[in-house]
Amino acid sequence: MPKDNGIGASSKRREDVRFLTGDGQYTDDINIHGQLYVHFLRSDVAHAKINAVNTEAAAAMPGVQRIFTGADFEAVGSIPCGWQVTDRHGEPMQEPRHAVLAHDKVRHVGDPIAAVVADTYAQARDAAEAIELDLTDLPAVIDMKEAAKEGSTKVHDDLTSNLCYDWGFVEENRDAVDAAIKEAAHVTTLELVNNRLVANPMEPRVAVGDYDKSKDEHTLYTTSQNPHVIRLLMGAFVLGIPEHKLRVIAPDVGGGFGTKIFHYAEEAFCTFAAKELKRPVKWTASRSEAFMSDAQGRDHVTKIELALDADNNFTAIRTETYANMGAYLSTFASSVPTWLHGTLMAGNYKTPLIYVNVKAMFTNTVPVDAYRGAGRPEATFQLERVIDKAARELGVDPIALRRQNYVTEFPYATPVAVEYDTGDYHATMDKLEEIADLKGFDARRKESEAKGKLRGLGINSYIEACGIAPSNLVGQLGARAGLYDAATVRVNATGSISVMVGAHSHGQGHETTFPQVIAEMIGIPEEQIDIVHGDTGRIPFGMGTYGSRSLAVCGSAMVRAAEKVIAKSKKIAAHLLEASADDIELKDGKFSVAGTDKEVEWGAVTLAAYVPHNYPLEDIEPGLEETAFYDPANFTYPAGAYACEVEVDPDTGKVTIERFSAADDFGNVINPMIVDGQVHGGIAQGIGQALLENCSYDDTGQLLSASYMDYAMPRADDVPFYAVDHSCQTPCTHNPLGVKGCGEAGAIGSPPSVVNAVIDALHSGGHKVAHIDMPLTPGRVWSAMNS
Amino acid sequence: MYAFEIERPSSIADAVAALKSEEAQALGGGQTLIPALKQRLAMPEQLVSLAGIPEMRGVCKSDAGELCIGGATPHAVVAKEAMADFPALADMAGHIGDPAVRNRGTIGGSLANNDPSACYPCAALATGAAIITNAREIAADDYFQGMFSTALEEGEIITEVKLPIPEKANYQKFVQPASRFALVGVMVAKYADGVRVAVTGASENGVFRWSEAEAALSADFSASALDDIKTSADGMIGDLHGSPEYRAHLIGVLTKRAVTAAA
Repeated sequence: MPKDNGIGASSKRREDVRFLTGDGQYTDDINIHGQLYVHFLRSDVAHAKINAVNTEAAAAMPGVQRIFTGADFEAVGSIPCGWQVTDRHGEPMQEPRHAVLAHDKVRHVGDPIAAVVADTYAQARDAAEAIELDLTDLPAVIDMKEAAKEGSTKVHDDLTSNLCYDWGFVEENRDAVDAAIKEAAHVTTLELVNNRLVANPMEPRVAVGDYDKSKDEHTLYTTSQNPHVIRLLMGAFVLGIPEHKLRVIAPDVGGGFGTKIFHYAEEAFCTFAAKELKRPVKWTASRSEAFMSDAQGRDHVTKIELALDADNNFTAIRTETYANMGAYLSTFASSVPTWLHGTLMAGNYKTPLIYVNVKAMFTNTVPVDAYRGAGRPEATFQLERVIDKAARELGVDPIALRRQNYVTEFPYATPVAVEYDTGDYHATMDKLEEIADLKGFDARRKESEAKGKLRGLGINSYIEACGIAPSNLVGQLGARAGLYDAATVRVNATGSISVMVGAHSHGQGHETTFPQVIAEMIGIPEEQIDIVHGDTGRIPFGMGTYGSRSLAVCGSAMVRAAEKVIAKSKKIAAHLLEASADDIELKDGKFSVAGTDKEVEWGAVTLAAYVPHNYPLEDIEPGLEETAFYDPANFTYPAGAYACEVEVDPDTGKVTIERFSAADDFGNVINPMIVDGQVHGGIAQGIGQALLENCSYDDTGQLLSASYMDYAMPRADDVPFYAVDHSCQTPCTHNPLGVKGCGEAGAIGSPPSVVNAVIDALHSGGHKVAHIDMPLTPGRVWSAMNS
Repeated sequence: MYAFEIERPSSIADAVAALKSEEAQALGGGQTLIPALKQRLAMPEQLVSLAGIPEMRGVCKSDAGELCIGGATPHAVVAKEAMADFPALADMAGHIGDPAVRNRGTIGGSLANNDPSACYPCAALATGAAIITNAREIAADDYFQGMFSTALEEGEIITEVKLPIPEKANYQKFVQPASRFALVGVMVAKYADGVRVAVTGASENGVFRWSEAEAALSADFSASALDDIKTSADGMIGDLHGSPEYRAHLIGVLTKRAVTAAA
């Protein structure tokens, strides 16, 4: 009988009631009396020198309150990068200034030059058209390998080159890896592109700045995955506002996928301008602005080599990647191709020697940063593609080749600096073979062939590092913040509970799953528990939601706080029951004395805490509220095996996904239904990357895919019904819930299986195609078949 | 969007009069014009909506065997009402855009805009339709004059489209995955006096007739009749979604499929 309360129950998402009935309160729903509207005049060229910005005529337009330009922000801080990467030679990365409004030059299409604040949005937009720009166009550098050439146009004149860093990992392994590849019985080499993506959350970014002159207090409402991080970055580094004078509120947020982690210029602008003008200032991005101002994802160009011995054991991996940073360093941009990518290059395999080289390049394009999976999809894709290519070259079964090289003993220290605490990769592959009905594939292929279609099967494993991250470790690696999280469990007098959590829910279902954990611990209905999130004024602290960390890190903090609450409530119960606290047991919402029939209800104890008439005041304080901070001991390592079956129409090259199966090991699962949904969504995004999505610039830096007319998002009929399973569970060994995280798995695990499947289909039709770069559009597949 | 005035005439005569003003622009279903206005890519001072003119709406069959469609008839209405007499056209109309587009967008608007990837121009050309305006009747062969270019004069309104109903017909649309407009679309229409083949989405000159295929199919209405006919990539559109060579290839594939489906 499935549970209907607590851990393991598929409780319905309580937040969906307001979302589905139109009662969600998003940032754009916030309107403050007297608010003004800002429109940003953005560059329509990728690279130009700003000679002059003449705002005189525009400033005289109706409703205009003030026009800001780069000059207004010269004394304001640079938008910071949160992670300093050290290069192969021990030098810090090159870190350019990122002004709130461009001053000397514009460096990508969409770079804001001026901001018009007016009584209405239309007035602001009208006035922006009257601003006279005097720009001198400069040649744009778009291609990363061009950007790397000696004498290339520089995106930042004050840097020595367009190279942000040249990172080697593990540098000490370099010679040994080179030697192992030279000596290998077989080396498979693959060059590939991990295509640039636009995150495209349903809700575009919005910011509302407000300023209370009487208290000198700022409030920023923003579409953020992590309001405390915004408070830290904007308050400390950009505007110089101390924490107690700056409140950041991220109300309902309509999807983030990574792109709402970062601190953006528009947030700083609205906060700054609200104080300057003593009126609230609101900005709502249009979808067109989102395409040219939201940090984009992926964009790696990689060469990977896999060395094998005569028995097909992996002996070494060497990769060289060019990673696009865009024109400026976004908040976590530098960490994505390095610590979130290089550390995952071992995958699920016991390859003894690995060397990862990453050259991060500045180009005249929109900044690139974390997007669902962030570095881990890039690692998984190249590894699982090169393994598939090796299996084909060697004529061995791709599943058998993977199984032969799986890590089987845990903990396992990889040659790329991380230690997998637990896992069972054979178990997920076994489960995959079952749910994907791999035995039936040959029959299905024959059916497809009878219809004139080519059918292919693609398999891959994946591993990811989630629950980011141990603060002391990431500090050594260059993170400029700790990555713990915090929660306060506030028990009210009648026994209901509010939990203030540092994680932010923007689709993940925290409002449902977090109460399930507390309900399980105390033995009360979930309905008695609510969580509060997204407001630095109401929650103790928190580093937010990304990297599948919410439950593993913030959930652990919540458990620790709840444990403190339970310990205290047992003391109160012991007093009421005239027993020793050590003898008190809490079960099903009742405290009892072990071995007796004496018991007291949860509600009676919580009432006693707030109405302490009969209470051990000499020993313990009244009230029942506890806070805990939790810093994880390690990353968590979700892993799994995915299978995709495609049909390719040989006449047109069109790929149709016929079946998709995912066997994941997420450790313990709190709400199976929500986990299913997370995997479904992740796979849809992975299929989007593999078949449809492509953020493309022309040579001059104009975005070719700047709207949904050209940027193909996956639609419902582009994806199949999925078979997903997460019954293989090796609980995380170092957090109290034994959970690993599930938010990114689908997006990490699915692109290689889709591409592997298409390549398999083409080979079945006699087309010896080694690789096609994503997205595998019909035109690209057809060209590969006919070249 | 810039500010503009809107007129809502209830007769063709009133609409024509309203459009005499130099600053006026006709508004059909608005599925192209409204997004352009929102992007501030157009700045008309006055829009003249053709949506409220009863004499421009509806579908009927003429005694001469033509399907007659009022210029302001939405795609969804055509999808339903053409089903009995011209199922290939109904099917085409039922797959334009999404339900919102089909309930607002009109055949007259589509033909007046002549987007190189639109479906209706393909149907009009493949059937040799007559484009009826407030002033005259224009043969489809004379009407389409290249990408976004037509024989319409300033202020001229498409009031009706008369499409000769073919014996057999089929439209094959291979969608561009983002917009779901036609990357290439082909309509094949077989009449007693011959076969017409029109292609949309592919050419830099907009919709066109594929005369070699017409000749071959008029002699032998089977897919194999096309086996030895190749289309050239010269003049084909090349973009993010497909090269000129790919589009040229798709024309052949889709034409064969249309013939097979129609036969």
